[in-house]
Amino acid sequence: MSPRLQVYFLGLTFILLGMGLVIYKSQVLGLPITPGAYQTVWTIEAKVEFEANGAEVKASLALPKTQSNLDVLDEVFSSSGYGFSVEKEDGHQRAVWSKREVEGKQTLYYKLDVHHHAEQALASTLELSTDIVKPDWTGARFAALRSSSANLIDQSWKSSADRSTFVTQLLKALNDSKNADSRLILNTLSDTSHVKVALSLLSMADIPGHIVRGLYLEDDRSRIAPSTLLEVFDGDRWLVFSPKTGIKGLPNDFLIWQRGDKSLIDVEGGRRSRVRFSTLANNVPTREVALQQMGGEQATLIDYSIYSLPIEQQSIFKFILLVPVGALIVIFIRVVIGIRTAGTFMPVLLAIAFVQTSLLSGVLIFLLILAVGLWVRSYLSRLDLLLVSRIAAVVVIVVGLMSAISIVSYKLGVEQALTITFFPLIIIAWTIEHMAILWEDDGPMEVIIQTTGSLLVASFCYLAMTSRYVEHGMFNFPELLLVSLGLIIILGHYTGYRVSELIRFRHMGT
Amino acid sequence: MFASPGELKRKHVLGMNSRNIEYIARYNPRHLYPLVDDKLKTKVSAQKAGIAVPQLLAVIKSQWQLRDLENIIGQWQKFVIKPTRGSGGKGIVVITGRDAASYVKPNGTQLDLPAIRRHISNILSGLYSLGGKPDSVMFESLIEYDAVFNDFTYEGVPDLRIIVFKGFPVMAMLRCSTHASDGRANLHQGAIGVGIDMATGQSLFAVQHDKPVSRHPDTGRLFSELVIPQWKSILELAAGCFEMTGLGYIGCDIVLDKHQGPVILELNARPGLAIQLASGRGLIDRLRLVENLAIEMLELPVDERVRLCQSWYQEI
Repeated sequence: MSPRLQVYFLGLTFILLGMGLVIYKSQVLGLPITPGAYQTVWTIEAKVEFEANGAEVKASLALPKTQSNLDVLDEVFSSSGYGFSVEKEDGHQRAVWSKREVEGKQTLYYKLDVHHHAEQALASTLELSTDIVKPDWTGARFAALRSSSANLIDQSWKSSADRSTFVTQLLKALNDSKNADSRLILNTLSDTSHVKVALSLLSMADIPGHIVRGLYLEDDRSRIAPSTLLEVFDGDRWLVFSPKTGIKGLPNDFLIWQRGDKSLIDVEGGRRSRVRFSTLANNVPTREVALQQMGGEQATLIDYSIYSLPIEQQSIFKFILLVPVGALIVIFIRVVIGIRTAGTFMPVLLAIAFVQTSLLSGVLIFLLILAVGLWVRSYLSRLDLLLVSRIAAVVVIVVGLMSAISIVSYKLGVEQALTITFFPLIIIAWTIEHMAILWEDDGPMEVIIQTTGSLLVASFCYLAMTSRYVEHGMFNFPELLLVSLGLIIILGHYTGYRVSELIRFRHMGT
Repeated sequence: MFASPGELKRKHVLGMNSRNIEYIARYNPRHLYPLVDDKLKTKVSAQKAGIAVPQLLAVIKSQWQLRDLENIIGQWQKFVIKPTRGSGGKGIVVITGRDAASYVKPNGTQLDLPAIRRHISNILSGLYSLGGKPDSVMFESLIEYDAVFNDFTYEGVPDLRIIVFKGFPVMAMLRCSTHASDGRANLHQGAIGVGIDMATGQSLFAVQHDKPVSRHPDTGRLFSELVIPQWKSILELAAGCFEMTGLGYIGCDIVLDKHQGPVILELNARPGLAIQLASGRGLIDRLRLVENLAIEMLELPVDERVRLCQSWYQEI
């Protein structure tokens, strides 16, 4: 293979490999390519309270994990002194707390972080029973109840077209306080909850149904009781109705905790048990949600990513990973555009400093240091110093200047200038030396050209390095290093004209 | 304002990227660089190969020798100070005479001994060398250029830059210093580049700052009147540098000395592209011509090669 082919082969391999990894991570592992996407992560705390009878206690709480409308990112159970286990039965999960001798008021906590997605709420993974259990309303005691419910069912039947509209009509009628039948039913069954009454009526009409328990997600709410909805089988799928209004459909902000008739909470050896929820919304970048969902199981790629480093090192890496972007820009500008700069990668270092100081103040500080440095250096050149000690002297002077700028600007209330410490001072000292020689040899014009060139390139690097997209991309997809390596290799074999040469040779042969 | 890339391609203009990748990287083996990057080594091997060079007067290799500076240079009237590893003419100081204790540069400015010592100290520290490596300083006898160049140059020695590709001279220009270039023959400092007809040594074209000029700005002399004498022997001198260095793509800087005749001033493994501007034509077609030669043609002796070149360029 000729070197040229090798270069393109190698470069393209790197680029394709890098892009492939990026696509895999974004498509399969779900890391977002753009930084904009934020998702709401809900922190929900379920607080189980009861009064223990003084003997052994076994409390169990239905867990929402098997529901399809949420992803559990993290969960914590806390309960001092209790034995704890998670039990599975018929596809349900229950948290079980147990203890031998307990007395008095008990509080158990279950806290979880979930990502809620309403659209898949009813994609059932559970085997929900469609059996109909009719209420035992036999005997003279319930004669009125029977006739009233038959009336109600009959009226609703007449004013509806199918099961779905029938359920709506029935629930509306039941909630209609002017309806004599419904008043009678509710009065007779006053110790039964509203949803249960509705379920009984539905079963009288031979429609299978059950309760859906859950909560309305609202930010910063505490001590809210679980809400109930009604789920009804219409022959081939399950439909959700609000028992109060009869409106069909699952509200968007409703988080389903439990479907089916199993109890939400069971306490053996205790009384007056209840569950209260508190909710809190956090906006978290989508990538973190994706990372937490993967939970380190399948994602070796992520496990060995920069995320496995401590936070402190991560923030350093954020910088380091931006350097190749700057290098790529410098190479592009030198090879394809042909702008002259002072020192090959000096502009990248300058750009890193600018990221800390912001562009305008960075440029001003740089020019100030350069100007003063050149002035001092012009005096030093008369002292017959060795080159090394002259540069060392310039370093000291640059440090002094930087301190002076910091102090003066701080006193003036311009805090921005404090970030001046990020300037690469050795590089600046060399730049001053280089510029001074350039001034002597090629005149001030060349100094201005190279300074402008360097600042221009540094500004391009700055713009790229501060772009949210670039930063997000490099940090989350370090595979992009391969892509930039490939591009650098290919650019290194670019034999075409530079833009500057199109200008330089414009008079050729005319 | 811009030339189109297609237009430059049609004119066979060689670009910097192409030069670096397709010629320098391909034909100049890295390990041979020190021979041309170090002017002292160039001089020694040139003398071994029987190639004429300016006379070496003295060498200073370390700072402590500067104490003796007065003893070293005190007796000379005319000399040149050069960093042995400098590039692009940087750090070269020409002394054309003495005025009491001072040393006079071609433009009349005077340097005292401490100024010269400071300059040499800078060179030794590596200020002008590639990569800032410590350097040494050499003193050479001053070239007295041939009278034919009178009025074509101002305050400086005019030197010929000849591109030699695989032993075949492919393009030539004369670099004439001006007042603006401070007596230096560097085009980007304002020296004038005069393209030379390879077949005859006749001037073709002159540019200053990449723009065409017809007269020398300081003397008013018409460049069209310029014909380089001893042209064939100059080309042979340049072509011989291939055997001496082994480098396939070099720029030879040659001066026509009044007494010595043509001498090699220095060699450059990364010759610039300005020669194309001065010649008003591109290099690529001529380089391709040599690249496509049969192998046995490349083995031809120097004078045969030069004759071959001259015959080509009459037609082109």
